[in-house]
Amino acid sequence: MSESQHYYVPHLSKWPLVTAFGLGVTGLGAGATFHSTSWGPYVLALGLAFIAYIMVGWFGAVIQESQAGHYNVQIDRSFRIGMFWFIFSEVWFFAAFFGTLFYARNFSVPWLGGEGAITKLSTNPVLWPEFSAEWPLLTNPDPNRFPGPNADMGPLWLPLINTFILILSSVTITYAHHALLAGKRKMLNIMLGATIFLGLFFVCMQAYEYHHAYTNLGLKLSSGIYGTTFYMLTGFHGLHVTIGSIILLIIWLRCLRGDFNSDNHFGFEASAWYWHFVDVVWLCLFLYVYVLPLR
Amino acid sequence: MSYSNVSTIDHDIPSGIKRWIFSTNHKDIGTLYLWFSLIMFFVGGIAALLIRAELFKPGMNLVTPEFYNQLTTMHGLIMVFGAIMPALVGFANWMIPLMIGAPDMALPRLNNLSFWILPFAFSILISTTFMQGGAPNFGWTFYAPLSTTYGPTSTDYFVFAVHLMGISSILGAINIIATIVNMRAPGMTMMQLPLFCWTWLITAFLLLAVMPVLAGAVTMVLADRHLGTSFFTASGGGDPVLFQHIFWFFGHPEVYIIILPAFGMISEIIPTFARKRLFGYASMVYATLAIALLSFIVWAHHMFTTGMPIAGELFFMYATMLIAVPTGVKVFNWVSTMFKGAMTFETPMLFAIAFIVLFTMGGFTGLMLSIAPADFQYHDSYFVVAHFHYVMVAGSLTAIFGATYYWLPKWTGHMYSETLGKLHFWLTIISFNITFFPMHFVGLAGMPRRVPDYALQFTEFNRIASIGSFTFGLSQLLFLYIIIKTIRGGKPATSRVWEGAHGLTWEVSSPAPHHTFSTPPVVKDPHG
Repeated sequence: MSESQHYYVPHLSKWPLVTAFGLGVTGLGAGATFHSTSWGPYVLALGLAFIAYIMVGWFGAVIQESQAGHYNVQIDRSFRIGMFWFIFSEVWFFAAFFGTLFYARNFSVPWLGGEGAITKLSTNPVLWPEFSAEWPLLTNPDPNRFPGPNADMGPLWLPLINTFILILSSVTITYAHHALLAGKRKMLNIMLGATIFLGLFFVCMQAYEYHHAYTNLGLKLSSGIYGTTFYMLTGFHGLHVTIGSIILLIIWLRCLRGDFNSDNHFGFEASAWYWHFVDVVWLCLFLYVYVLPLR
Repeated sequence: MSYSNVSTIDHDIPSGIKRWIFSTNHKDIGTLYLWFSLIMFFVGGIAALLIRAELFKPGMNLVTPEFYNQLTTMHGLIMVFGAIMPALVGFANWMIPLMIGAPDMALPRLNNLSFWILPFAFSILISTTFMQGGAPNFGWTFYAPLSTTYGPTSTDYFVFAVHLMGISSILGAINIIATIVNMRAPGMTMMQLPLFCWTWLITAFLLLAVMPVLAGAVTMVLADRHLGTSFFTASGGGDPVLFQHIFWFFGHPEVYIIILPAFGMISEIIPTFARKRLFGYASMVYATLAIALLSFIVWAHHMFTTGMPIAGELFFMYATMLIAVPTGVKVFNWVSTMFKGAMTFETPMLFAIAFIVLFTMGGFTGLMLSIAPADFQYHDSYFVVAHFHYVMVAGSLTAIFGATYYWLPKWTGHMYSETLGKLHFWLTIISFNITFFPMHFVGLAGMPRRVPDYALQFTEFNRIASIGSFTFGLSQLLFLYIIIKTIRGGKPATSRVWEGAHGLTWEVSSPAPHHTFSTPPVVKDPHG
């Protein structure tokens, strides 16, 4: 690649409009599904199918353009800037849920328990005098409406194993990156494959953890604010691991095909950035959701 | 400034509808954004006029209270997300590549996706009006539990419409950052960027930080509605006030997202018609940055009356007041730019001057509201409505009008009618003040927001406001007429258009060719 004097401006493309349509159908279908409308799930499935079609078609077109050598250093830089700021926005999405966790732990639950001059006079004595603040919150202010869990999900065993899995996957993907830079394709393919395996293993472990939490611990989405923050944080993280694994899988197929070399591998690097981001989110989750609630 | 004659490659303009729906051209996509926002402006305006018609006299006259709530909600959502934000993105699309000497946005296909999400998002949102149970009725702020426990069934569609708008904004912001950072013509340093680009760069940063938080907020609302979670339910250990924290963590930077690009436009217009360089360019950049960073630590001034600890009230009060400092720097710089300038008063300049005067008034009422003890009196009154319409309409919208007249000759190749432009200006500014100035008084006297009826003593002022609002609304038909007339014909515009205009934008011919800067121009001094 070289710093070209001419910019690359793509020709007319149907993909943006098709994508917008797919997103619109997905949004409509999702709204209708939550609405319990009979046609909702079908429209949602149609929308998701559209998005899958777009992923193959649009991203495939970009891969072809890249392989055909249409891109120069400047376009590569635009892609990098785009991916960086996309991950930046993802960080803020998780920040909203982490902020919720911190607020519940430090403000709303203690206040409901009678702490603080303002709330002392109202909610606790008037509404729920029996309620006492604790974290993880096993007994909710109104246990009839929100029955609490029997136990919290401690940090040892499953979460600790999952932490090791993700840290290991971080090591393997970095190893793969170095192999790519050194031109060792076989090692690249092995290490990237190992990363995908670890990612999928993590998702399976988390599914098992959820099953355990629901059946043995009675910890549910509807178990009050502890269950709410637990499932929404780990759930959105798990979704991102799943998405990351799919991204890595595509990149792995491209590695097997030999799409990348030591100069030209933006697709690989972007997926590696995404994977590291997902790892860092997990480390924060492990600390704030699993470890720090220790009593 | 030397710039080789390369702007003539205009041979491959696609024809027919494909040019628009499959576009990868920043000018065409910018045009789409601007037309979309103008349509939404009239849709949101109809909702506003229905509100004012109901408030023309006390008692229930025209609509049911339920529908009135839906009107205020839809008016707010459509104007913020459908009219003002897409208009600003439209300007960014059209002008940023021209200003920095780039052939297009950095990611042209992503650019088209950002736009085309919007018609689908707003189709879903507006269709809720016709659903059983009606449109969302909880105000554009969708506070819990109004949107969770008591939300109409259409709330679910609202949630996904907001998600779509958020995706559109995030993709658009990524594109703008990549364009400004990576596509500048060789030799153009960051501190040579036109101020409109700087303000949009910082706005894009704000969008990327807070739109995901809004997505988080609507996701939590959806989960509380359908998944049994208790984010905003105290009986499960959550807190409805938490919703307000999350919403306003998005909401306060959002109001700067709406005003910062307007600052940029005003900073382009005033030097042109004062025929002087912008006074204090560097301080303008730093003031914009300061406003953006402060916007993250002031959100709870929207919530003084919710019962925060006193330390919180004081922190948010003082932090909010601090924003007046960089904003004051900006107003000072605009006035100093005009000082001893060779000023002429074409329509864009009139709008810019009106912006400075009226936005400053909106800023001062904001300072009044920032004082926590005083806010207990003003909270949720028409004083607040007056305040934010002075910054949103007299601020952002006025800048959009001014910038439209400023750049319309560059877009169309024709000069607009100065007589009609000035007529539109005076009608708009006078009727705006007739509409919103009385709201300060009724608000201070105790008239609450979002109530379709009011006590008898507020009748006169409300009547004046309603008359003003209809004048304002009808005046905008003149705006539409001027735009269409200018597109169709008029005195041909020169490349420079305005005698005092400087920068790469004014080096290309008018109308700007379909493709510009296919080879990068050489930048020596973008201000010179």
